[in-house]
Amino acid sequence: MSTPSMDVRYVAQLARLNLSPDEAERFQAQLEQVLAYVEQLEQLDVKGIEPTAHAVPRSNVFRADEESSSLPVDEALGNAPQRLNNLFRVPKVVE
Amino acid sequence: MNYEAVIGLEVHVQLKTRTKMFCGCVNAYGGEPNSQTCPVCLGMPGVMPSPNEQAIRLTALSGLLLGCDIAPRCKFDRKNYFYADMPKNYQISQYDLPICLNGQMELMKECYPKDAQKDIQGVKQVKLTRIHLEEDVGKSFHFENCTGVDFDRAGAPLMEIVTQPDLNTPEEAFAFLSTLRLVLLYGKVSDADMEKGQMRCDVNVSIRPAGEKKLGTKIELKNLNSISGARRALAYEIERQKQALARGEKLVQETRRWDDDAGVTSSMRSKEMAHDYRYFPEPDLLPIDTTPWLDEVKRLVPELPMARKQRFMQQYQIADYNAGVLVADMDLADYFEKAAAHAPNPNAAANLIVNDLMRELGAASLPITQSPILPKDIAALTTVVESGKISSKQAKDVFAEMFKTGKNPDAIIAEKGLSQVSDAGAIEKFCDEVIAANPKIVTDIRSGNAKAVGALVGQVMKLSKGKANPAMVNEFLKKKLS
Repeated sequence: MSTPSMDVRYVAQLARLNLSPDEAERFQAQLEQVLAYVEQLEQLDVKGIEPTAHAVPRSNVFRADEESSSLPVDEALGNAPQRLNNLFRVPKVVE
Repeated sequence: MNYEAVIGLEVHVQLKTRTKMFCGCVNAYGGEPNSQTCPVCLGMPGVMPSPNEQAIRLTALSGLLLGCDIAPRCKFDRKNYFYADMPKNYQISQYDLPICLNGQMELMKECYPKDAQKDIQGVKQVKLTRIHLEEDVGKSFHFENCTGVDFDRAGAPLMEIVTQPDLNTPEEAFAFLSTLRLVLLYGKVSDADMEKGQMRCDVNVSIRPAGEKKLGTKIELKNLNSISGARRALAYEIERQKQALARGEKLVQETRRWDDDAGVTSSMRSKEMAHDYRYFPEPDLLPIDTTPWLDEVKRLVPELPMARKQRFMQQYQIADYNAGVLVADMDLADYFEKAAAHAPNPNAAANLIVNDLMRELGAASLPITQSPILPKDIAALTTVVESGKISSKQAKDVFAEMFKTGKNPDAIIAEKGLSQVSDAGAIEKFCDEVIAANPKIVTDIRSGNAKAVGALVGQVMKLSKGKANPAMVNEFLKKKLS
């Protein structure tokens, strides 16, 4: 079986994680093992089976367009590390 | 060298639902910041999204309005990125199986900028690539030292409508956005107000030598906050690209930001920093089958502006221009139809609405829905003019009074004693009096100066205090003096 290709540094960058060279090497090896394990699925013959992201054959599970209560403003902002009046305050975003 | 611009649009449109896409918080513009949020739309750990059926149906309806194929089966995906206005660090969107595929829309002549309507050549069809449904993000407010985020908009149902690169001028882009807005309003899918951010647009534009098949370097423009702003931004950007190429520069694929006040675009990021969103199927949401309910949605497809215009011209025999003005505002078109239903001459009602009523409403800054004159009274006014009860000149005064007071025309005519005299005996008597009192003019007319009859008509009108039917006066005088 071929080893699936993945670049742990790139994945870490997408996830905004800083990895030391040591960690990068260790996680690269671990993640390759995980991928190789999952890749066993490729041995299965899935001809004629529709692709799905779900194990249950259900669809159209909807909610009616009906209002439910929102949080009080102070509660909504309760976990905000910083607030600015009733806004979540974050470091300046440069567009 | 002669260059041609190639333009494609990505238009985001907020759907008019009562609640958000995946939770029951109200979907409304203009509330107190962060007063319409809950653990779901704030992206708290462990919460589950629950999709709003109405939003899914409205997206399918939009697809039907725009000639799209509605996918029998579609699904949601996660689009992963980090930004302060995105509480979950991913946005629920649709990647490879959107609700609507393909589609096309004809640009309406009336939807081009006024100053460009005379230059339109032929009818342009713009093809669509897809329409998918996603959730909106929060709204950022940028201050000097920090940014503040309001999540009331986060999770609002948002459609993304993607066109093919079929547009070639800023005016066509303007016409596309205006026509699209009108179609969406007719479908009652969205209020599509760009000022309120209910419709937002990103533009891709490149230029190539005229006749060349290969596309040039694509530049994306952001921050286009109005339809006319999109036109201005494109005009600037196309010229900038032409001049850069003329100087021998090479254009690079990038995203540029339009500054409407300064009237310039500036680089935001180049392609090297392009995003990798790592889309994957949303595990918390089941797929959508459109087949069981699509017929119900098909029944909601209304008569679209283009078809309505054609019908107005045929059914009511009104001019292309009037029909275009009327259908370009759904409320105005509804108003006209109510008036036309009671008017002996719908064309007269159309003229009255398009010319007089629109002018007065404009001056008073009133929308048609707040017109002081009821549609049935417009019809009544045309009826009294048609029947000769008042002259068209008197009708102007009656109209002004109607607009001022909201009274019906018959009441005003009675109050002011305005009715036109069409009684042949009375008019003949006025004519005889005037002929007897003006022997010199009469001789003049009899010796061949036909124009002098105007002076006598004037005298009769004066004698009748303006009430005599001028057409009848003319006829009597000509008969008597021939």
